Amino acid sequence: MFDGASNFIEKVDGAFLFTIIVSVFFLVLITVLMLVFVFKYNRKRHPKAVNVHSNVWLEVTWTVIPTILVLIMFWYGWIGYAEMRAIPENSMQVEVTAQMWKWTFKYENGLQTDTLYVPVNKPVKLKMTSRDVNHAFYIPAFRIKKDVYPARDRFAWFQADKIGSYDIACAEYCGLNHSYMYSKIHVLSEQDFNGWLQKK
Amino acid sequence: MSVDVAALSTNGHTSYIDFQGKHKGVLGWLLSTDHKRIGILYLIAILTFFAVGVTIGFFMRLELIAPGKTIMNPQTYNSLFTLHGVIMIFLFVIPGIPAIFGNFFLPILIGAKDVAFPRLNLFSWYLYIFGALLAVLSILLPGGPADTGWTFYIPYSVRTGTNVLLALFAAFVLGFSSILTGLNFVTTVHRLRAPGMGWFKMPLSVWSLYATAWVQILATPIIGITLLLVVIERVFGVGLFDPALGGDPVLYQHLFWIYSHPAVYIMILPAMGVVSEIIPVFAQRTIFGYKFIAYSSIAIALFGSLVWAHHMFTAGMSNTGQFIFSLLTMIVAIPSAIKVFNWTATLYKGSIWVTPPLLYVLAFIFLFSIGGLTGIMQGVLSIDIHVHDTSFIVAHFHYVMFGGTGFGIFAAFHYWFPKMFGRMYNIKTAKAAFWFLFIGFNLLYFPMFIMGWLGMPRRYYDYLPEYQPFHLISTVGSWILIVGLIIMFANLIYALKKGKVTAEKNPWGGETLEWKVDTPPIHENFHTIPIVTERPYEYKNNDLILNQEVK
Repeated sequence: MFDGASNFIEKVDGAFLFTIIVSVFFLVLITVLMLVFVFKYNRKRHPKAVNVHSNVWLEVTWTVIPTILVLIMFWYGWIGYAEMRAIPENSMQVEVTAQMWKWTFKYENGLQTDTLYVPVNKPVKLKMTSRDVNHAFYIPAFRIKKDVYPARDRFAWFQADKIGSYDIACAEYCGLNHSYMYSKIHVLSEQDFNGWLQKK
Repeated sequence: MSVDVAALSTNGHTSYIDFQGKHKGVLGWLLSTDHKRIGILYLIAILTFFAVGVTIGFFMRLELIAPGKTIMNPQTYNSLFTLHGVIMIFLFVIPGIPAIFGNFFLPILIGAKDVAFPRLNLFSWYLYIFGALLAVLSILLPGGPADTGWTFYIPYSVRTGTNVLLALFAAFVLGFSSILTGLNFVTTVHRLRAPGMGWFKMPLSVWSLYATAWVQILATPIIGITLLLVVIERVFGVGLFDPALGGDPVLYQHLFWIYSHPAVYIMILPAMGVVSEIIPVFAQRTIFGYKFIAYSSIAIALFGSLVWAHHMFTAGMSNTGQFIFSLLTMIVAIPSAIKVFNWTATLYKGSIWVTPPLLYVLAFIFLFSIGGLTGIMQGVLSIDIHVHDTSFIVAHFHYVMFGGTGFGIFAAFHYWFPKMFGRMYNIKTAKAAFWFLFIGFNLLYFPMFIMGWLGMPRRYYDYLPEYQPFHLISTVGSWILIVGLIIMFANLIYALKKGKVTAEKNPWGGETLEWKVDTPPIHENFHTIPIVTERPYEYKNNDLILNQEVK
């Protein structure tokens, strides 16, 4: 995990942490058991094996417990995702256009830029479309990503909670300069943002 | 075929290698309908393409050792990752175990003389070769190799000027090789089992190959049609998928992934079957939970066919779709987990002989667990939004497909080699190769998890400087891995020519039928078709001596 800067960090990183802990637990358990058995029951040390055919209670246990755990992980993931779909009514809208190989942002007052400026602690809604092929709008620091298609709109939203500058990357292969389709999002204080927005 | 291998088994019968049928020499192999010879034909072809795929990977990693251009320009890199995917997936991992070891051993494992449709079997190999040649042609002809990624997403795949059509046709033809093999295996398992071999007396690798075969039959036609539709879209501009013509690009993704997700279960199930074969032998005891493992294979094939849209969580599906596919993705992990627990339990109170096959199987369990657990992470919606299309995904699928199926294939080589060729390889060298492979593999792929979480996207020719330490470790890992591959294959190829000749029927102490036939097997496999009375992996010896069985 690294520091994030949006309202989604808590649920996303929380789900990730929980899943990692459970995963590491089972990985270590299996690995240690494997290694212990291979050493303890090595043919030189344990020349005669014992035929343990099955144990239904064991099978039930190691089916039910993992099922419960994955269902918890599922739920944690679902509520984190549902938040990403619940776009607040009062969001400031920015139109995003993707094309090979750059991003363009257009504000409600008509201002057009190639870097995204937003005010801190205010919900921002992105209305996204592509001029040519598939792209995807990705801000790693905010944990958001959405595919962007031609001839239709896709939406995403976020609320930045830290002033600073963060990378915007394209995350859907789009040809020759896919890896150069970077932009930046600058999170400003509300005052600085309003000041910037006026400069048409 | 001029490999010099011991010709006669202990009782003077001719092996399948020296058998003289209707045709002589090379034609005797190229026109043979003997499932064993066809398995060897696939072995040579598949390993050739594996070598090509590895070489491409080597150059990709070399480019990525530092930001900026290292040895190639972006267009070349984009074509290389496309080819790497197409070759590894369609020419190595999907055919892999079924085409080589399924063909060679399925009939023997069930006590049959051959598969149900031997001529169809040979035809399947020719389809494989034809498809492979089309793929090679797509590289050589003007236009250059496809640069769309192996997923051929529209609209890019109908805009680019590269040889997409040839690549699509190649995959289409290869699909039929897979469908016909699947048909052959399902029929074989249903109709040709030896007397007495009921379903629950079949070896677990047969269960795996059987479940796989159903997916091959039912899922592959969908990708066949879909690829054809992309050809039609590209040539005639119909507008099924292309948004500029009113089509739906997400529809394409659904059709693509409805096959390509079950395809990964085509890849892993046979490898799991190999693991289930090998552990009882080298623990010299019965497998733990036979029925649970058998049913899990069916469950994996079934549930694995219901989760495809977890590849599309950022595409803009409805909330209902996202919910259902995430939930099902979590559920599909459970049967695989059940298998891992049962395999581990099979080591309990065993009498364990650590040989190269067992080493690869133990590595499989570890690497597949990492791959599977990270797969679960990706099934969690909020996590996947962040890691989708990053190198996290690339790490995940290499852990399951390479650490899983790849290591499963290596295990199968080292397990069945003496039976197939009547030669033994150098065990110490095999073990040394294993360690290079295991260490190189983890150095190559584990950093990708970390940098993926940190925001490193996939299919990137160039990257931000902050990711370089991870890329450097990864590239060095690829070199260590390749050294391991070279040692491993050199050891096996050397053994083919100069290895100790053996006619030993059962060098490992296995109890499935292949360890009762001649080494190498005769043309008809069995001198007389066996009558099966026992379950597999009984290891009755253990019970006789201890005079008790822990239930």
